Amino acid sequence: MFETFMIHTWIASTIIAATAGILGFFVVLRRSAFAAHALPLATFPGAAAAQLLGIQPLWGLLGFVTIAVVLLHQLQKLGRKDVAAGLVLVTLLAVGSLLLSMTDSYAPAVFSLLFGQVLGVSAADLWPVAVIASVVLIGAMCLYRPLLLQSAFPELALSRGISAGVIDLLFLALLGLVTAMAMPVVGALLVFSLLIAPAAAAQSLSARPLQALLLAVMFSVGMIWLAIALSFWTNWPIGFFVGTMGALLFTSARMFRYIRHRWLSTGLPTTMKNQPMKLIPTVPPGEA
Amino acid sequence: MHEDTTSAVPVTIPGQHAKASCASVLAVEDLTVSIGGRLLLQGVTFALEPGQLCGLIGENGAGKTTLLRSLIGVQSSPHGQVSISGLVPRKSRDLVGYVPQKINFAPDLPLRVYDLVQLGCDGHRLGPRWFSGRLHQQVQAALDAVGAQDFAYQRIGELSGGQQQRAVIAHALARRPRLLLLDEPLANLDFRSANELAGLLGHLTRVHGLAVLVTAHDMNPLLPVMDHIVYLAKGRAASGSVREVVQSATLSKLYGYPVAVIEYGGRVLVLPHADAQVGEDGCYLMPNGSASGGQA
Repeated sequence: MFETFMIHTWIASTIIAATAGILGFFVVLRRSAFAAHALPLATFPGAAAAQLLGIQPLWGLLGFVTIAVVLLHQLQKLGRKDVAAGLVLVTLLAVGSLLLSMTDSYAPAVFSLLFGQVLGVSAADLWPVAVIASVVLIGAMCLYRPLLLQSAFPELALSRGISAGVIDLLFLALLGLVTAMAMPVVGALLVFSLLIAPAAAAQSLSARPLQALLLAVMFSVGMIWLAIALSFWTNWPIGFFVGTMGALLFTSARMFRYIRHRWLSTGLPTTMKNQPMKLIPTVPPGEA
Repeated sequence: MHEDTTSAVPVTIPGQHAKASCASVLAVEDLTVSIGGRLLLQGVTFALEPGQLCGLIGENGAGKTTLLRSLIGVQSSPHGQVSISGLVPRKSRDLVGYVPQKINFAPDLPLRVYDLVQLGCDGHRLGPRWFSGRLHQQVQAALDAVGAQDFAYQRIGELSGGQQQRAVIAHALARRPRLLLLDEPLANLDFRSANELAGLLGHLTRVHGLAVLVTAHDMNPLLPVMDHIVYLAKGRAASGSVREVVQSATLSKLYGYPVAVIEYGGRVLVLPHADAQVGEDGCYLMPNGSASGGQA
């Protein structure tokens, strides 16, 4: 399980899972789950385009993710985030189906782009992953406070001079980079699982932003490690393990929170515990 | 047939007509905002001094939020002059605390009241946050000012509406502004929380010397603490002291709807009075025969 070719797999998937955990925290906070689903799927025709043009697949992915981010950002300005994500998704998938019909040699690669080929990472694949992950990490660290404020309370951020449009574009750019970096390794569908489930579970367990962020990273990395090990032993696809573990993780986190709440507060929300309840006598009208 | 001209014409209230003086924290002069040919605000003029609590009263769509957005510099195409301690709104963001209309707090939001107030201090800064004792003190001071210490370390989404409102006010106070703007802070609050919050705003003006501008469509909880009123109707403003504006005749004319001002248990209350009819002199006649002239 820890042979040389597997070492690359461990390193690449750890870096990808950690960055996906960080950005996933903001995806869940901004309620942009649908955008996080649309971006990877809208990006995967990029590999087909690269094949047609005879360039490296990563350039094709980066090109398509840029188109998707700009389209998404422009459409979101019209006011409906969900519709914008849906439109970008179907438009670029349509382009993708056209590009795929033009190349015959490509069909098996489609499968690996959707579901990933974690067990076949080479040393050469590690460099782009490391470089893009560093850019995303530095970006997220710089933007942490304005992004947190703007994601949770757009109105409060606006009054502080933080532009919603600029933050949205920067965030989508970071998300696009993570997508393009992660797709060749873990696949379009797995990126989405790593972005949503660990962050959602972390946020329902911790009320502190930084703690929830670190928890999301830990969940995300733990999930992919376990999935790789299980996939190695059983020979079942890794996507199956990540997907089901994500759902399981989120459900257990919610159940844990529910039970803790019930036991600690004896049925009442904590905020109502210390308030005495009094009956106020009614004053008949006219008596002043 | 419902041509209501009364509220579109600016009502002159005797006595003070607000003028910008050097002592003013906020001076608005001849502010006009129009979007796509529609006039949202027209020639609005008023001023606010330190330690003054001013109510911005008006119906839905009268331009209250537009006025507040102009004061924080996010409203497009404002004409006229707005100065906050001598600065234009875009340059005076440190001097202004803003509490927007009811925020929807998701129960899963991973933020405590403390974190929200911390973001009030440094939410606009880039780069990671290093631990600093000064920041902690600043946050504590804001939490103390609104009495939010008891629930400072609880998840915001799980608090009551009144507590959430206090948390947002603490966020707005974090950078020690001179002017506090609140958009409908009393909406959706029960009697008890609304009265407590009005008391808090009174305390902030008297003890901390803040100038507070608060919008409301129900002015009753604010009447005991308010000392100035700006009334907005169809984009135009009339301003005056509470004593001048809160009278049946003035309010009925402003609202274009019969309004009674009554005293009950030592408090002044404003009530809509649908049964009144318009007399020959243009005043509303209450059912018991008296004209709605002065305070009952």
